[in-house]
Amino acid sequence: MNSARDDILAGIRRGLGRGPVGAETAAELAARVAAHRRNLVPARAAGLDHAARVDLFVAMAEEVQTTVARVASLDNVPGEVARYLAAENLPAELVMAPDPSLDAIRWDQRPLLQIRRGRAEPRDAVSLTPCLAAVAETGTLLLVSGADTPTTLNFLPDTHIVVLRAGQVVASYEDGWDLVRGRQEWPRTVNLITGPSRTGDIEQRIQLGAHGPRRLHVVLVEDAPAAE
Amino acid sequence: MAEPARVALLVTCLVDLFRPSVGFAAVKLLEEAGCTVEVPYAQTCCGQPAYNSGARADAQAIARQVIAAFAGYDYVVAPSGSCAGMVKIHYPGLFADEPATLAQAQELAARTWELVSFLVDVRGMERVAARWERNVTYHDGCSGLRELGVKQQPRRLLASVAGLQLTELPDSEVCCGFGGTFCIKYPEISDKMVTDKAADIAATGAEAVLAGDLGCLLNIAGKLARRGSPIEARHVAEVLAGMADELPAIGMPAR
Amino acid sequence: MKPTSHSFPANARIGLADPILQTALGLARSGFPLRRQQAIERLPEFEELREVGRAIKDHTLAHLDFYLELYERNVTAAGGQVHWARNAAEARAAVLDICRSVDAKIVTKGKSMVAEEIALNDHLEANGITPVETDLGEYIIQLRHEPPSHIIAPAIHLMKEQVAEAFRAAHTELDPDRSLNDPRALCDEARTVLRPRFLAADVGITGANFLVAETGSSIIVTNEGNGDLTQILPRIHIVVTSLEKVVPTLEDAATLLRLLARSATGQEFSSYTTISTGPRRPGDHDGPEQYHVVLLDNGRTALLGGEFQDMLRCLRCAACLNHCPVYAAVGGHAYGWVYPGPMGAVLTPALVGVEEAGHLPNASSFCGRCESVCPVKIPLPKMMRHWREREFARRLSPPVYRSGLRLWAWVAQRPALYHALADIAGRVLGWAGGHRGRFRSLPFAQGWTAVRDLPAPEGRSFHSLWAERQRKPRGHR
Repeated sequence: MNSARDDILAGIRRGLGRGPVGAETAAELAARVAAHRRNLVPARAAGLDHAARVDLFVAMAEEVQTTVARVASLDNVPGEVARYLAAENLPAELVMAPDPSLDAIRWDQRPLLQIRRGRAEPRDAVSLTPCLAAVAETGTLLLVSGADTPTTLNFLPDTHIVVLRAGQVVASYEDGWDLVRGRQEWPRTVNLITGPSRTGDIEQRIQLGAHGPRRLHVVLVEDAPAAE
Repeated sequence: MAEPARVALLVTCLVDLFRPSVGFAAVKLLEEAGCTVEVPYAQTCCGQPAYNSGARADAQAIARQVIAAFAGYDYVVAPSGSCAGMVKIHYPGLFADEPATLAQAQELAARTWELVSFLVDVRGMERVAARWERNVTYHDGCSGLRELGVKQQPRRLLASVAGLQLTELPDSEVCCGFGGTFCIKYPEISDKMVTDKAADIAATGAEAVLAGDLGCLLNIAGKLARRGSPIEARHVAEVLAGMADELPAIGMPAR
Repeated sequence: MKPTSHSFPANARIGLADPILQTALGLARSGFPLRRQQAIERLPEFEELREVGRAIKDHTLAHLDFYLELYERNVTAAGGQVHWARNAAEARAAVLDICRSVDAKIVTKGKSMVAEEIALNDHLEANGITPVETDLGEYIIQLRHEPPSHIIAPAIHLMKEQVAEAFRAAHTELDPDRSLNDPRALCDEARTVLRPRFLAADVGITGANFLVAETGSSIIVTNEGNGDLTQILPRIHIVVTSLEKVVPTLEDAATLLRLLARSATGQEFSSYTTISTGPRRPGDHDGPEQYHVVLLDNGRTALLGGEFQDMLRCLRCAACLNHCPVYAAVGGHAYGWVYPGPMGAVLTPALVGVEEAGHLPNASSFCGRCESVCPVKIPLPKMMRHWREREFARRLSPPVYRSGLRLWAWVAQRPALYHALADIAGRVLGWAGGHRGRFRSLPFAQGWTAVRDLPAPEGRSFHSLWAERQRKPRGHR
């Protein structure tokens, strides 16, 4: 008795009018996959210089209700975070990714800000994470899971703050894939996040904060290069 | 003006039965464009009703008849997007398995045109001499629009009709609900579509609605009349040929 | 769900007569096309991308066995497991077995049309497991015990009052005097009620918009983030999906993703596009411990190499639904199964049989708008016509249409007879139309005249008049 797998593969071959893919074709197909050539990439972000690309990222992100605060250096991050939380009438507490790229930030300058590092728990209202990259094409943040970057930080809290260095802004999703491929191990989860959570399921009217965060705030650090 | 051309008119079964004036308007316009027009006798229909009902063998038989009847002319022109589309776009597919007939179908398709796009795109017509002082709106028949790219051409020529104002129809590209046998098989759905179309037309404040397909026009005119609307429905060829003043609108009584 | 597509005409009548549905459809019908148009105007490469997308899908289908085997190898290498399912029963059994292996009580679900196709929820409930839909639209219809009416906006047929009613009936623990007057309040309530379910779930089930052979990944696209909470919180993540979702590389996925959101909702990109590969890695603090993919055939391989193969390119974006005047008139439930609109008209007969679903490909005026907006250029009207050809050949169409059509075709092949009959008919009807120029009612044309007048012919046929004109000397015309 054939397995389901055998039957399905046999059915595919029958439909296509051939036997299994021959060795030469298989090698060609494998090479196509290994080369992972880019298809047509829109010119929108590709032709821009770095500064214009960053501006495009900000404009596209703001279109989808991501808020963006541009600060000069990492030293300004704690102040901006404190300001933001107060402005949104949120308690001065957050859970932060254990990622080393956030270690250099002088959180001690804002001692009233209570920070726990780790994954998100149901009680957490605000999270702060780094990202791997930001895609200018559509104002999209690219985040990857890992021991230092738990995915729950991106979804459980109502407010998600992302620290983005200007050097991390890339043009296209394809640029992002190359960065993920460059890591030691392919991550469990790659999140492409374009604005806060939303739904239009009731009468086509958009509501923010369906199940994921209601607020997505990006602190864009303009002078620091991308983290190693 | 382009060089003389020998055009065969594909009358269409609806024009033949319901509104021959459209055929004569087409002849007049084609002659104005420097063509000699002949009407092959051995034509009845393009075969679309059979084709769209899944009666493929019948559609092929009718198509062979059309191919034979229209052999030898420089161009074949129909005052209908759907009929021209049938010949131009669908005939070759009917004969994918018959190389000889396929070649003939492709050859015919290459010289088959919807009327207004033929006048503008092939004959280079830029204006007509007609005058018709009305505020009109225009419905884009689906086949002409999507299969043959008929969109700007009727608007271009209508813009040259003295005294005529064109108000664009919101959702002009949405189907009127005719669809050949569709309106008979699913009458309530067709009714909803044509009701919406009639309401859109009425809301433009236009005095008349024009289109390039008699199927659409019979459907729309029938609905407007049932609503008690005075809005006139006419084929665009009648207006461009300057015949509108002498001709009762579709479904309207002769004066 | 058991198909009711055979009752399409009656279902359609119900939809047409439903004022709430008509209001809801009116919102969708004006909104979606406008937003899509705005999105594609911002991307000059959109047309070209449609062609690239079509080519990627066709290439993949031509080598589907290779890519599925590569996909499976990479899922396994990442620590996941693929379960092949020939049909709905095998898929349901695979999901149930996995749930039982951890003694699951509660299962959260992201939106999955394949899960609807295999009637997964009913099966889980029958086996003592509670499935909780988390996509807001799916949650609403789950409360109302009805199927989705749209493949990306399942509750599109409802107005806010009906949602409020469903919430009041189901969320009995909340204050009965609370206001649920606006979508904001409803959304907040859903978030509040569903959050504990996300946290309590033993298993999370999602669908997949794409499967990536290169990495053994599944990709889901949501705006709510429910698919993410569904997959990262429970111990097990099950992806319920079908064969034709596979694409070769991430670059191929990127191209299709550029087409998808714009075609579906007119967004530049959905809020959350998530690429999931295997279970959590050593050292991860969250994520599922197990990752399973249930890979369903259920009639898809039967479409390969045939007239309907192009249907396997479908991205499930719903652009065809959103632009279809028939869908806009009758709503999704009329189609009687999981897949409505033009794509449903082609796919449903393929999956449940044309005897059951034969009305669907017939209920089309072939306006062609669906094909013109399909991001991967599926020739939907052509395939609907193929279904009509099969029905005609098998004599499944109503006898009166069939014989009427054949008679008409017979006459049409005899020009002399046809011309004579047309001239007579024109004269008779022209005369009978009398001074009114139209008929309010006409025997044999009741389908037409029930709702619209029939314009009367002018009189003699064109061919008759032309012949006469040709007989006159030139100067007399």
